[in-house]
Amino acid sequence: MATDKLKRLDLIFQEDPEYRHVLERTFSKSNEEIINDILESGLKGRGGAGFPTGLKWKFTGEQPAGERFVICNADEGEPGTFKDREILFKVPYKVFSGMAVCARVIGAKEGYIYLRGEYRFLLSQLQKELDKFHKDIKDLIDFRIFIKMGAGAYICGEESALFESMEGNRGEPRNKPPYPTVAGFRNRPTVINNVETLVYAYIISKFGPITFKYLGTSDSRGSKVFSISGDTPIPGIYELELGMSLDHFVEEFGDGDTKAVQVGGASGFCVPRKKFRETIIGFEGVPTGGSMKVFNSSRSMYNVLHNYLEFFEEESCGQCTPCRVGCQQLIRGIEAVKKGEKKAGYLDQLLKLSETMKIAAKCGLGQSVANSFSSIVGNFREEMIY
Amino acid sequence: MPEVQELVKNLADKYGRKRENLLHILQGIVEKERYLSDEALTEVARELDLSAAQVYGTATFYTFLDTEPRGKYVIRVCRTITCDMKGKNQIIQAIEETLKIKLGETTPNRKFTLLETNCMGWCHEAPAMLINDQAYTNLTPEMVIEVITDYVKNK
Repeated sequence: MATDKLKRLDLIFQEDPEYRHVLERTFSKSNEEIINDILESGLKGRGGAGFPTGLKWKFTGEQPAGERFVICNADEGEPGTFKDREILFKVPYKVFSGMAVCARVIGAKEGYIYLRGEYRFLLSQLQKELDKFHKDIKDLIDFRIFIKMGAGAYICGEESALFESMEGNRGEPRNKPPYPTVAGFRNRPTVINNVETLVYAYIISKFGPITFKYLGTSDSRGSKVFSISGDTPIPGIYELELGMSLDHFVEEFGDGDTKAVQVGGASGFCVPRKKFRETIIGFEGVPTGGSMKVFNSSRSMYNVLHNYLEFFEEESCGQCTPCRVGCQQLIRGIEAVKKGEKKAGYLDQLLKLSETMKIAAKCGLGQSVANSFSSIVGNFREEMIY
Repeated sequence: MPEVQELVKNLADKYGRKRENLLHILQGIVEKERYLSDEALTEVARELDLSAAQVYGTATFYTFLDTEPRGKYVIRVCRTITCDMKGKNQIIQAIEETLKIKLGETTPNRKFTLLETNCMGWCHEAPAMLINDQAYTNLTPEMVIEVITDYVKNK
């Protein structure tokens, strides 16, 4: 790294052939001890929403006896995110091990990996690794993992849509509550975690909560794998300590002419240059599932927003009106303003519409369209008009 | 037994006839035939004892479960922002010129279909495309012509 302002780590991708011993040691502890370690570490979900992992496991474990499931969400569809693919390619056994630890804690006998259709080329290797893993741990725990393939639908990364898809239905999100911890896959208590979260859960089981806890900030413990792309000379996958300022990030990854960074993908926030210094990457500032897109001053933010809105319009499941119609109207609206068919003040109407979607849409997709919409229109209003 | 009927029956035997197995079966058909014909969809409905509307409704929800005839090789070029910024339009143009088809079309010999797709997780190596399951990244127009020409000649 050119500067020492960002702390780089190698927890996730470090090879770990001794995972069997780690699992053996972990399984010698009580469920309570294992959950306490996860809670103590402060680990929050790495898919974007940031729910405390330990609580998810605890709530699911507390459900009345019966069948439970642990599911690894590998439907990595957020534009600009590609770290889960790399994790599953390089250290799949750490993902499986995280699932096994979870299975032991909640009492699951079956686990599933829901892999996005775009990553089908990973399938045969992943299945081979899985067969090996099953053989390695068969005397440790009665637990089997199965892989289910997605078929090209962003919305299936939303947990309840993912269950619907796994059950052979259209991937339409369910009403919540009930939450997956109570009624998830097959309406049974289910833990669903992001690929990266499961690896950190395994790492915490291995090293204890302290190593993890002392990284990051009080609201954002630990490190995180970032997917960095756009106008950067060094695009790629980097594990960095949480809680860095965007200023330092851009110093390291920008091309010297950075105008804005989209943090968290199409459903995330656009931060303009003037706010780099005050913006912290983490749950207390701008959270991200890992996607960091860097834009330099040659880019039209109108084009960026238009591209995101096209993405949402197509990926909206169409179930609820605010999202289905809202996405269409936002696109038409910015096109009309750009062409001069509507006055610039119409943008304020559109901002109101996006706020309505935030309140009224059924799931995270429709609710988060407002994030990129209001942050791009708010910070680059003139680019929307002229 | 007609070919589709046999394929559906074999897939249902392999994966089971529960609703939960519907996607597996549809994916299996697409893998073989590249798309879901009306005959295939009604056959699945019959085999799994579902209404044809339910099967059709599920199939049309998913981008990768095509219900229109597709070529043996489906080319999907990523259109999301980073690939867009890094020149996906030139990539599409190069493919269009090489195969003499437009975006959304299939070659007359049913060998290639050219489509766009949403972010496929290769932004750091943009622009990117899939040919069936295989990913090609860091594309340039020259390179994509080479790849496509190789498919034309050798596959």
